[in-house]
Amino acid sequence: MHLDDMFERAEEYRAESAGVEHEVRVCMAASCQSSGAQPVFAALSEGGQGDACRVKAVGCMGLCSAGPLVAVAEVAAPNEAPVLYRDVRAADAPDILASVGRQPVERLRCPTDQPFFTRQQRIVLANAGIIDPDSFKGYVAAGGYFALIQALTEMTPAEVVQEVTKSGLRGRGGGGYPTGLKWSTVAKMPPGQKYVICNADEGDPGAFMDRAVLESDPHRILEGMAIAAYAVGANKGYVYVRAEYPLAVERIATAIRKAKRAGFMGNRIAETQFSFDVEIRLGAGAFVCGEETALMASIEGLRGQPRPRPPYPAQAGLWGYPTLINNVETYANIAPIIREGGDWFADIGTERSKGTKVFALAGTIRNTGLIEVPMGTTLRDIIEVIGGGIPGGKAFKAVQTGGPSGGCLPAAMLDIPVDYDSLRELGTIMGSGGMIIMDETSSMVDVARYFMEFCMSESCGKCVPCRAGTLQMHGLLDKIAKARGSAQDLALLEELCDMVQATSLCGLGQTAPNPVLSTLRYFREEYEERLAAAQV
Amino acid sequence: MPIPAPPTNVRVVTFQIDGRDYSAREDETIIEVARENGIPIPSLCYLEGLSTWGACRLCLVELAGSPRLVAACATQVAEGLQIYTDTPRLQRYRRTILELLFAERNHVCSVCVSNGHCELQALAQRYGLDHVRVPYRHVAYEVDASHEMFRVDHNRCILCTRCVRVCDEVEGAHTWDVMGRGSDCRVITDMNRPWGASDTCTSCGKCVQVCPTGALVKQGTSVGEMTKDLHFLPYITRRRHNR
Ligand SMILES: Cc1cc2nc3c(=O)[nH]c(=O)nc-3n(C[C@H](O)[C@H](O)[C@H](O)COP(=O)(O)O)c2cc1C
Ligand code: SF4
Ligand code: SF4
Ligand code: FES
Repeated sequence: MHLDDMFERAEEYRAESAGVEHEVRVCMAASCQSSGAQPVFAALSEGGQGDACRVKAVGCMGLCSAGPLVAVAEVAAPNEAPVLYRDVRAADAPDILASVGRQPVERLRCPTDQPFFTRQQRIVLANAGIIDPDSFKGYVAAGGYFALIQALTEMTPAEVVQEVTKSGLRGRGGGGYPTGLKWSTVAKMPPGQKYVICNADEGDPGAFMDRAVLESDPHRILEGMAIAAYAVGANKGYVYVRAEYPLAVERIATAIRKAKRAGFMGNRIAETQFSFDVEIRLGAGAFVCGEETALMASIEGLRGQPRPRPPYPAQAGLWGYPTLINNVETYANIAPIIREGGDWFADIGTERSKGTKVFALAGTIRNTGLIEVPMGTTLRDIIEVIGGGIPGGKAFKAVQTGGPSGGCLPAAMLDIPVDYDSLRELGTIMGSGGMIIMDETSSMVDVARYFMEFCMSESCGKCVPCRAGTLQMHGLLDKIAKARGSAQDLALLEELCDMVQATSLCGLGQTAPNPVLSTLRYFREEYEERLAAAQV
Repeated sequence: MPIPAPPTNVRVVTFQIDGRDYSAREDETIIEVARENGIPIPSLCYLEGLSTWGACRLCLVELAGSPRLVAACATQVAEGLQIYTDTPRLQRYRRTILELLFAERNHVCSVCVSNGHCELQALAQRYGLDHVRVPYRHVAYEVDASHEMFRVDHNRCILCTRCVRVCDEVEGAHTWDVMGRGSDCRVITDMNRPWGASDTCTSCGKCVQVCPTGALVKQGTSVGEMTKDLHFLPYITRRRHNR
């Protein structure tokens, strides 16, 4: 198959829906489903539609707090923002259907000229909320699988690695390790059995970026994995996804089946020499199983526990073979990079962090949901402008990034541009993109205790500092929070933070003290208030 | 037994430990070299002859020019390394790790059959641990005495998994496993059945011999009577690898 055939195929698929003038898109991702999207979709579908208007199930549109979301788009004007409706009920279906091509239903309208929509730049989420995630044709019609065919027919594996290196893409799973470098390490291992893994474990509380991508655009992940496999010389892949994401599992399984049937997965993909197969592995929802060595142990059928590195997965991974492991969002960036070129990608973002980042806004913020912004956007823009600020007239207090491995930043830090390095300098991390916003009523000691409790109960129990250290740190935090602690307790807590950070085996333990250390750095007075309260 | 010649494709490297020069094959770990040369790096989960586990973190050492500590049991030597095994920082961390272990279960040495022959106790003495600053958890764990020859007292287990590994890797029975998460992890026999009811246990006693504490002991021993013999292990593995 050649690129020209691919263009033809996309043209053909588009032609199949030639008569359609309007699309009524219903978000059927997990958030909107939980607020009642299914009856809405059923009512709209039943409501009778001519050939000119098609009702379509799509993925996440981002503004999850306003769900169920429905968008009416004019097919002939793909660049125009569709009319968006919020909090739609099944009873609204007739009105919406009647309005298609006429005046929008004002009472349901959600303005799309607000910064939440206009300030985003969508690469990873380009198709989310627009295409039907279960439709192979829909993905191809939107330009899907071009990059794979381009890589297979016009590029050598080394050129693919080079393009990814040039893009400056860094791993979106939290660590920010340069993706091109990781790929070239695996590629340089002697030929033989190799694996690629997609890490879709996503265990941080408050994070749902990867879930949304899988639910909205699963073929994009498969395409990214296939390109990666071609680049590093692997022919077998695993998607490791938590069983708590049943919809994501279902969508990725459907995508694999359809890609196979269409010849984009399996033996001799698109009539080239390249073969690639993907299987799904379900995780049981242990946070530590997102750690790469624990994840691989889990795939092998062993207890999900980390092991010392080196050897890194790139050298000796799954069953001892060289293994490339990347995050969902990392793979989601690959097809655009191959299609548009590494230089295009490297133009977006900051000096050392390229591209965009998807963030999940949660906590006390007006627009809860999913956003994608260029790296380097300031926290203020994200929270106050895009997120719409704090509801209920309260004041902003802190933003927590990076989940249990990250830290809390105060209002004084809101003007920093968000990238891997700036956040690290301030004592937190980018993590996978969870952002929890807290107002003046939150207590930072309680926040630190909450995250420590999470780490304590998610510690796999293998190494002593994390297993017994998180337990003792949690005990001390609890004591301080309940105004029973002393200055010695605080000193011991700080000592344990340092020890657990320096000595734990895996990232879970090494970063577990971060929420404590960052709140101590920016909100120390709150700890001292609790100590003072203990003395009276 | 003649000492085998090192395979020719493995290089020999030179490096420093605590300021003194050493050389070794590049596939040797820091702890192996240290043991050969009488440098006492503390360890609880490492045992010559078993696979690397890297979990007790007592063997962490410093490398010149790197802020990260590395586990001596899981790190191979390399040309030019400058390794420090006993800095004040390491001593502090090790003492704290030992404190955490003592507080995690009920290690009351005076009434333990392993009193005087316990690796945990010996390390606590070496690091001058005279009190524990964190509260004891005081969780009462089970004692399983259903096996006719041996006994497991979970209150004295430090979860080093030596028993799991020796049973799987040397005896080949794989009777032991770990269950649970965090501090409530437990070693179990078969699918969490009483040890005495185990179908796989061959009663070889290897797990008892390698257990560093009084968690695995022979039935019928009294305070301080349980001594352990680890010499069989390097011997078996050497024979097995035909060295
Ligand atoms: C405790 C722990 C949990 C992790 N959870 C995840 C996760 O849920 N998803 C993920 O992609 N990476 C997770 N990671 C990071 C992975 O170990 C690994 O670095 C990542 O998947 C590499 O992909 P990337 O280079 O594309 O970021 C976790 C790491 C640790 C230490
Ligand atoms: S740091 Fe925690 S999660 Fe990681 S290996 Fe140690 S006990 Fe397990
Ligand atoms: S029973 Fe003994 S050998 Fe087994 S894990 Fe516990 S302390 Fe280690
Ligand atoms: S001896 Fe190295 S971690 Fe236990």
